[in-house]
Amino acid sequence: MTAPLLDARLVVDRDAFRLEVPLRVAPGEVVALLGPNGAGKTTALRALAGLHPLTAGHVTLDGVDLDRPASRGWVPTERRPIGVVFQDYLLFPHLSALDNVAFGPRRHGIDRRAARATARDWLGRVGLAGQAHRRPRQLSGGQAQRVALARALAVEPSLLLLDEPLAALDARTRLDTRAELHRHLSAHQGATVLVTHDPLDALALADRLVIVEGGRVVQEGDGPSVTARPRTDYVARLVGLNLYRGRAEGHGVRVAPELTLTVADRLNGEAFVAFRPAAVALHPARPEGSPRNTWAGTVAGVQRHGDNVRVQLDGPIGVAADVTPAAAAQLRLIPGQRVWVAVKATETHAYPATG
Amino acid sequence: MSRVLDAAAPRRRGRVPAALLIPAGMGLLFLVLPLAGLVVRAPWTTLPQRLTEPGALTALRLSVQTATLATVLCLLLGVPLAWLLARVEFPGRRLVRALVTVPLVLPPVVGGVALLLVFGRRGLIGGWLDATFGVTLPFTTAGVVLAESFVAMPFLVIAVEGALRAADHRYEEAAATLGAGRWTTFTHVTLPLVAPGLAAGAVLCWARALGEFGATITFAGNYPGRTQTMPLAVYLALETDLESAIVLSLVLLTVSVGILAALRDRWITGP
Repeated sequence: MTAPLLDARLVVDRDAFRLEVPLRVAPGEVVALLGPNGAGKTTALRALAGLHPLTAGHVTLDGVDLDRPASRGWVPTERRPIGVVFQDYLLFPHLSALDNVAFGPRRHGIDRRAARATARDWLGRVGLAGQAHRRPRQLSGGQAQRVALARALAVEPSLLLLDEPLAALDARTRLDTRAELHRHLSAHQGATVLVTHDPLDALALADRLVIVEGGRVVQEGDGPSVTARPRTDYVARLVGLNLYRGRAEGHGVRVAPELTLTVADRLNGEAFVAFRPAAVALHPARPEGSPRNTWAGTVAGVQRHGDNVRVQLDGPIGVAADVTPAAAAQLRLIPGQRVWVAVKATETHAYPATG
Repeated sequence: MSRVLDAAAPRRRGRVPAALLIPAGMGLLFLVLPLAGLVVRAPWTTLPQRLTEPGALTALRLSVQTATLATVLCLLLGVPLAWLLARVEFPGRRLVRALVTVPLVLPPVVGGVALLLVFGRRGLIGGWLDATFGVTLPFTTAGVVLAESFVAMPFLVIAVEGALRAADHRYEEAAATLGAGRWTTFTHVTLPLVAPGLAAGAVLCWARALGEFGATITFAGNYPGRTQTMPLAVYLALETDLESAIVLSLVLLTVSVGILAALRDRWITGP
């Protein structure tokens, strides 16, 4: 990895909440802060932008301290080399799309003509050359998003910040805009930090994911490693896996006092076990004679999930199972029903909880 | 179920208790009748001639001039004050906000007396102005502007502060991320965002200044051509020439109604 362009340790105290997120982003790298609502993602973004001062830690961009409370270092928002795409875009309603994009270059000391030329160029790059003279309220959601992106990029920021850039769009527009956004983020030479609660956006747009829960980083890594080895229930749910933490001894992981799962991997100490809901089989009676993990469970909920039926089960461990509608009908799955749960050892994935 | 409710709703709405309806009607009459009286008693045949009398025209011109100057003064001082109250946290902000609204409830005559004590020739500031620059404010046109501004400024400050509070301050954050300092943000983003509120505040301020009487007559006196504005002219005419007073009043009424019509979308229609 090249030397980081952005080097930050974001510490913000807000009432009883404490955000503490270390963050390093290389030039050209796109990092997604992914987490549930209230995890502190937006606060982190605001701290990077200088819209919220740090309590401790630092924000260093390209060797310059933008915020370092310990040495009273502080660069106000308007003098930071940043560009921000806000969740609801915040395009100035009294300015045309062109003047919205030209606003940044103008403030950076470029004369009106040159700023407009730059703005026209950027609107062209996001495919909105024809909409230059429209007011924000005359633009569709997808168009407004692209104007907001052009406005943020027109100042050629070292650090591009995006707050839920696709959250305000409908599903169809979202798909198109995501692909286009990916193109622009890939072309951006500076560092990019993206905040989202949508794992698909994060996986599609970012080179690296930083998962934040309750103000802390709970997991970090590229898309494949995070989805293959979730470390918290939140991440497991995001990627659609059953996840358990327990103590491993050889091929057994004790995940509940009376349940030890047999796994394919061999390891010792604190460990996670993950398996897909589709790997869970349900039986009306205890299955015999196969090297499976079996236990008795109670149906807690049944709902449609794509072409299958997702069954939530209580028992020694809570588990989600995907079964075919035919199987669900045959098993008469209704809440309260007792069933046997089976998971093949080969379908599980176990990995150490430490490190 | 919903059809039953729909059918019942108009009937229930139609039943207004007489105990409310009668005083409400009387209240409306009480407000409208004097205005109607003014229109009824107006000397319509001699109206054009009376309107163009030098005295009436002078008073009208002076009124419009001073009210406009007072509005400009209020804009220059009141908009920054409103911004401060809406955007900056400082100790005693509530007290300052209360102080700003004092002229709203203060009898204008008391305001005039207070102005005399400060800006009068022997007043705190007036004495110094007189000694240093030879500037005298009381009983001058500038005094009229001052008196009108004193009374009208709260209208502007309250309207603009309300507009600033209602405006999404995150636009200002967006401007900052694009490199705009606070002053540029104020002139290029904040002011355009609150322009409708600003316009409404300015019009209200102008109307209040135009109708100002108590503070003006106390602080600036009643000199035709110099400090005699329309309301003062009406008051004076009342003692000598009733018809003239009616005509002048009618002009002020027309201006007021015109302003209400212009502002109807912002102030008259409720939620």
